[in-house]
Amino acid sequence: MSFTTRAVLVALAATTMLAAAEARTLKWARAGDSLTLDPHAQNEGPTHTLAHHLYEPLIIRDHTGKQMPALATSWAITADPNVWEFKLRQGVKFHDGADFDADDVVFSLERAMQPTSDMKGLLTSIEKVTKVDAFTVQIRTKGPNPLLPNNLGDLFIMDKGWAEKNNVTKVQDFKNKEENFAVRNANGTGPFMLVSREPDVKTVMKRNENYWGKGQVPLEITEIIYTPIKADATRVAALLSGDVDFVQDLPVQDIERLRQDKKLKVNSGPENRTIFFGFNVGDADLKSDNVDGKNPFADLRVRQAMNMAVNRQAIQRVVMRGESVPTGIIMPPFVNGWTKELDAAPAVDVAAAKKLLADAGYPNGFQTTLHCPNDRYVNDEAICQAVVGMWGAIGIKVNLVSQSKSIHFTLLQKQPPESDFYMLGWGVPTFDSDYIFSFLYHTRAGSRGSWNATRYSNPEIDKLIQTLSAETDLAKRNATIAQIWAKLKADTVYIPVHHQALSYGMKAEFDIPVDVSNQPKLKFVSFKRS
Amino acid sequence: MLAYSLRSLAQGALVLVAVAFIAFSMFRFVGDPVVNMLGQEATLQDRRELTERLGLDAPFPVQFARFIGNAARGEFGVSYRQGRKVSDLIRERLPATLELALLSAIFATGAGILLGVYAAINRDGFLSNLVMTGSLVGVSLPTFLIGIGLIYVFAVELRWLPSFGRGETVALGWWNTGLLTDSGRKSLIMPVLTLGFFQLTLIMRLVRAEMLEVMRAEFIRFARARGVGERTIQLRHALRNTLIPVVTIAGLQLGSVIAFAIVTETVFQWPGLGALFVNAVQFADVPVMAAYLMFVAAVFVVVNLIVDLTYFALDPRLRSGARLAKGH
Repeated sequence: MSFTTRAVLVALAATTMLAAAEARTLKWARAGDSLTLDPHAQNEGPTHTLAHHLYEPLIIRDHTGKQMPALATSWAITADPNVWEFKLRQGVKFHDGADFDADDVVFSLERAMQPTSDMKGLLTSIEKVTKVDAFTVQIRTKGPNPLLPNNLGDLFIMDKGWAEKNNVTKVQDFKNKEENFAVRNANGTGPFMLVSREPDVKTVMKRNENYWGKGQVPLEITEIIYTPIKADATRVAALLSGDVDFVQDLPVQDIERLRQDKKLKVNSGPENRTIFFGFNVGDADLKSDNVDGKNPFADLRVRQAMNMAVNRQAIQRVVMRGESVPTGIIMPPFVNGWTKELDAAPAVDVAAAKKLLADAGYPNGFQTTLHCPNDRYVNDEAICQAVVGMWGAIGIKVNLVSQSKSIHFTLLQKQPPESDFYMLGWGVPTFDSDYIFSFLYHTRAGSRGSWNATRYSNPEIDKLIQTLSAETDLAKRNATIAQIWAKLKADTVYIPVHHQALSYGMKAEFDIPVDVSNQPKLKFVSFKRS
Repeated sequence: MLAYSLRSLAQGALVLVAVAFIAFSMFRFVGDPVVNMLGQEATLQDRRELTERLGLDAPFPVQFARFIGNAARGEFGVSYRQGRKVSDLIRERLPATLELALLSAIFATGAGILLGVYAAINRDGFLSNLVMTGSLVGVSLPTFLIGIGLIYVFAVELRWLPSFGRGETVALGWWNTGLLTDSGRKSLIMPVLTLGFFQLTLIMRLVRAEMLEVMRAEFIRFARARGVGERTIQLRHALRNTLIPVVTIAGLQLGSVIAFAIVTETVFQWPGLGALFVNAVQFADVPVMAAYLMFVAAVFVVVNLIVDLTYFALDPRLRSGARLAKGH
């Protein structure tokens, strides 16, 4: 070997070593894949999580739920209370090199409001989006909407030119039998660029070297390989064997063991999701119970008794292995309106519960049927089995029907609902109580109350809820929220159980904090220096 | 033989329609896809609109007729879950499942026949007894446990093999193969063992029992009396006569290996049709479920036909019978 060839080889080796030190790949696994790369086609957690790496919204939330500027740099209500103005970030480029400006924002928001868009539900208050200048956009709402920015956290901005060129200006309509180009291709402004995508198998992304936020966020990962692994045991095995670096959706029974492993790290934190039970409190009589001519759930004392009988600590300890936060309210602590008093659950008191039941006219209890999903929430079916026993202790015999989420949610969605007693979980993407009131407590009518299968209908509360969306005085608004919660908590329309906790497992060199919306954003991740 | 094949094909078509009908009447019980397709902010109005757009509000006979009409033209619609054409999805996933199933079948049949013959010849040998006992484990352990057990030994503890997936694949036209890369071949080992293990024990026990039976037959005794060597008797005369039932079973098992690789594919996150189906069921993704079930039915029909034709090749009596029939 001549000297020059050797020199070249040495130089080559040196550069590859350098590149190896620079290249930092993160192999990421969770239970399910994103359903589509089209940012407005599915309003669903894993889909948004992946999209957050390729696309960006105007305003993003960090892992604690705090809002941060993304494609918008500032936003405020104008002199007209019905108009919001957003100043856009300048000098941002899409992955294909196109410039980002106000036209893209107007286009994307209008696209997300199309009838076939799955995101339109978050934008119903918008009347019109207009461009003021190249980097200013105004949004006119149908009435004052002081919390509009809360709804924009998962509304991603596409490039108008790219969408037109690829014929994806419309969100996919499932009636058309063709796939849309945006389903497997992406052109956003996000911190990572799409390299390849095989749905349900593997998605590879590489760092966007022209990312506007370079220097503001760590952005140390150069490549992400995202693979869904459906089976719990396999997902854990993949982490243990080193085939993946970062795992979401850890089964609770494995968390303790993973914590013991020195090469691994487990981060836990509360999730923006509360698990609770709802009853039919409205009908005069129920078909699903053994009481004739009466609806036991319509009696506040029965609901209070059942609330008292639930041993939340036992569920946390035994069923959830510590991976939950017991609560007395359907609202995680980081949501506007949360107080410690509301969060408190009644102490377990079987004797008092029995007395309440006897006072209500059911000294020997009654029989009823509980519907429960078995593939939606963490240990959903096991929680139901546990509470069935607890209600048995006060004389209420509960038949448990657990089934797949597709069937379970259909029961609740029917009008009238086909369940009198059910489990449900609720997350609050807007981080405000109004979202909970509107969907879970408002009378089922129009765009409100769609998840209220309790038949609870209180015109006074409805009126108060409606005032919230237009109230611009935040202090006054918060007072109304407190007033509504006080009444709802006293009415015991639901029995809250706990806030779900989340755990992420990873190799010890990473430290990825739990994201309250379960949408980890990897641009914020840095490596541990060894 | 041609008439026979045509008759089989006609029967096959009938089977497909029947399967479609049964599958379709079951779909009501997997839930409403619209609930999964719309986010939690969707209003009742939105749900009604989407239901209408998808034609899910039509009565059952109308939906079924529509499906059959489209299916006859090879049109299975788009997946509710992924928004992609179902025919594309099936075509993409088919190579993974077929490679896995065929290798498992080869492994199960080859090893099964070898072990079965060995166990029959050395009836009371220590090794035969060990193999027979081991096969009991294979029959009684659920596939899921075997898979997880293999993963923990070979992926987590020894770190010889990847714990999930298919490794790197190479595209040959539309066929994606894992056989041409190192990681692809390594990824195949555990799923093939897992999927093939049950079939292996089944075939082995069958071969052993048949072989023992045949060895007691008169023609074997004649052969012995004529002084034919023991090896020749065992491998040429006895084994050949045991193979007819073995081919039937192995063939039918191949159908079920392709169709029911679901568990193995789920355990190993194998990107095949079974995994596609499991995801579809959870989402109530009717177009994918329907197409998959039709596909499985078609596989069984074809495999049955092939098994029938193989009889002709294996059994001279059937062949001469056919020739005789033609002569009339």
